[in-house]
Amino acid sequence: MAGFSIHSGSFSGYTFDAMRHAEIPFEWATAAFFLAFAGFAAKAGVVPLHVWLPEAHPAAPSNVSSLMSGVMLKTAIYGIVRVTFDLIHIFPWWWGAAVLTLGLISAVLGVLYALMQHDLKRLLAYHSVENIGIILIGIGLAMIFKSFDLPLLAALSLIAGLYHTMNHAMFKGLLFMGAGSVLHVTGERNMEEMGGLIHRMPWTAALFLIGCVSIAALPPFNGFVSEWLTFQAFLLSPSLPNSLIRLLIPMGAALLALTGALAAACFVKAFGVTFLGHWRGHHNPHAHEANWPMRAGMIMSALACLGLGILPTVFIDWMDIIAEQFTGTTIALSASAYGWMWLTPVSYERASYSGTIVFIGILVVVLAAYLLLHVRPGAIRRVPIWDCGFEKINHRMQYNATSFSMPIRRIFGYLFRIKEETELSPQPGHKAFPKKIHYHLSIRDRFWGWLYKPIVEASFWLSRKVGKLQQGRIQAYLIYSFVTIIILLVFLR
Amino acid sequence: MSVIPYLIELLQVIILLALAPAFIGWVRMLKCWMQGRSSAGLFQPYRDLSKLFAKDVVLAENASWIFRFTPYLVFGTAVLAGGIIPILSVDLPLAPTADVIVIVALFAIARFFTALAGMDIGTAFGGMGSSREMMIASLAEPAMLMAIFTVSLTNKSTSLSQIVHVIYSGQTLLRPSLAFAFLAFVLIALAETGRIPVDNPATHLELTMVHEAMILEYSGRHLALVEWASMMKLFLFVMLGIAAYAPWGIAARGSFTAVPLALAFMIFKLGAVGVGIVLIETGLAKMRLFRLTEFLGAAFLLATLGMLSFFILD
Repeated sequence: MAGFSIHSGSFSGYTFDAMRHAEIPFEWATAAFFLAFAGFAAKAGVVPLHVWLPEAHPAAPSNVSSLMSGVMLKTAIYGIVRVTFDLIHIFPWWWGAAVLTLGLISAVLGVLYALMQHDLKRLLAYHSVENIGIILIGIGLAMIFKSFDLPLLAALSLIAGLYHTMNHAMFKGLLFMGAGSVLHVTGERNMEEMGGLIHRMPWTAALFLIGCVSIAALPPFNGFVSEWLTFQAFLLSPSLPNSLIRLLIPMGAALLALTGALAAACFVKAFGVTFLGHWRGHHNPHAHEANWPMRAGMIMSALACLGLGILPTVFIDWMDIIAEQFTGTTIALSASAYGWMWLTPVSYERASYSGTIVFIGILVVVLAAYLLLHVRPGAIRRVPIWDCGFEKINHRMQYNATSFSMPIRRIFGYLFRIKEETELSPQPGHKAFPKKIHYHLSIRDRFWGWLYKPIVEASFWLSRKVGKLQQGRIQAYLIYSFVTIIILLVFLR
Repeated sequence: MSVIPYLIELLQVIILLALAPAFIGWVRMLKCWMQGRSSAGLFQPYRDLSKLFAKDVVLAENASWIFRFTPYLVFGTAVLAGGIIPILSVDLPLAPTADVIVIVALFAIARFFTALAGMDIGTAFGGMGSSREMMIASLAEPAMLMAIFTVSLTNKSTSLSQIVHVIYSGQTLLRPSLAFAFLAFVLIALAETGRIPVDNPATHLELTMVHEAMILEYSGRHLALVEWASMMKLFLFVMLGIAAYAPWGIAARGSFTAVPLALAFMIFKLGAVGVGIVLIETGLAKMRLFRLTEFLGAAFLLATLGMLSFFILD
């Protein structure tokens, strides 16, 4: 809002048209941009302003969470694109670099925080932070390219960001709906209490899996397309004239790769712990499949994920008008120059990808291998679990969400506030075999301690001080009113 | 449109399927000789595979469809990658389907499902393998990307065929950046294919296993497919390295006359790489899991150095 007020303060009118033609000095434009960006960033949940998001999104009913993350976060992205590319439209490269940096930080920290969660919906909410980061990477790159007057590359990065915006709406919607149906039938959000649901809810499991594969950026689904486009944009950064950013931008690509790989790890954990293995909870669940309307919603999103993954050229054609408007050029001509099947962002020699053929190719080989191996009828014997001949295994010996993320927690532990306690209640006579082991682990966001706790504490402190005014004696209150009136009379006359 | 590139494509996939076990056999044979044991011969992996294919499947009672689907998918992605990476010829009809980033992602999808299959049965070993595999992968991926980045910077493309083309046309000489990137690639390839300083392919019944822990419950044709795919993965990583750093000898055009020579070159290079792998595996001990951050960090550092030296020197 403050950004808009600076904007309009120097000029009359709040319509986009008026602002577009406003001529404001550079310092004010910078202030306006960063204030507007801070506002939208808080709405989108960009690190370090993300703390509200994992609290708010899981609290809503799952269908609403799905809308919040799929649509409402995107209005902030719309705002950022509208303000920078449309309203301000001429900016120096370091604005883009700032957006890019924040995007990278959001992406990496978002996925790391997500990995530490064992509440399914909180995990998904932290992934929204990550995906907004990835979108901002595309937008930041587009801003950098645009400021150096490389319209084709700017269009490519902007499309990459916007494509990810659309993808995120699809797969995150799907995942929240899946989490919602799990929550609905088990009454549980804690993954540590779940497991083996694939046998009870095969539809939900299969659809949730499609969401997981999409968000983990694996071909031939949609998340991969936008991440691939972003990588291509990164790889084209050597054509920038500034050697400093030419050196630093590739590091961003490495961070994006780290994000993708960690997201894959996180969704192996989310799917594996929720749907695979044995039930981990104490009481037996009465889980059953989600009803048809719930399934239908998920099926539509899953089809959209697949469609966006294997037919990217079609959708890029649709989005191209945005790129044309904001960067003055389009990539549709070069992107689909070799037909709808091949995505070739810059040129055929540079790089090409065909989601269609990857999809069909994998399908054909899988089918061929399956049919060839089933020519000879081979029996499948169902037996108890082998586990290297280990006997007496029970469901509590499975890996759960906490143990799955332990190696990564150990490597990246310095980014969190971790409190780990082990408590042994000894058994008399057997020192080595304690009767009970209590393990307690709490992981907090560092930003909470750095940024929000001081503010929260300061406001509590202030309100306690202010509270002292309130004594409950009528005479004191009369004095307050009297003093106020005197002051008003003196100053306002 | 000529048919010959399609035939070469087919031939390439057949060579991948046929030679991958022989390459593993070669590595194991050399290793036995190095360590003073008598080997089971070059063809033992074929015998293992055919034995496994002949056996019935024994499946845990709570295995879901993911467990049964994964071997086929892992096999499928490996075969598809084999059709894209230039092994014999550059002129492949499938080559534009995927650039090198997509190929890395194809291996990633195989890994994703293998890790899920490891968690499917609900044993401690399986979950441990999955968790560690994903940890190693997430550290290896940035380094992998940096190594690719350096190669594609020097060759101005991420398409493997195009990279080979550029190297062929003599625009790329030996560069320091490529040397660094190559060293990084070797370290990453050892991690991704589960070779010794990272994971031990020969281990069983140990708490150190990673890949073997995930596939512990497989048997019969499922195990055969998974094993075959992991042999192909090693083969393909060698081919990826050869295509990106030393493609000399490969057929530049789609004609049959160049294929025998290309095949001879390929077998020679494979033999040499096998010697290298055996020297590394015999000389080094397996690392503790949390030492891997240093190992993969070194790979990342080397790749970054490669990229910086590209900007500074070239």
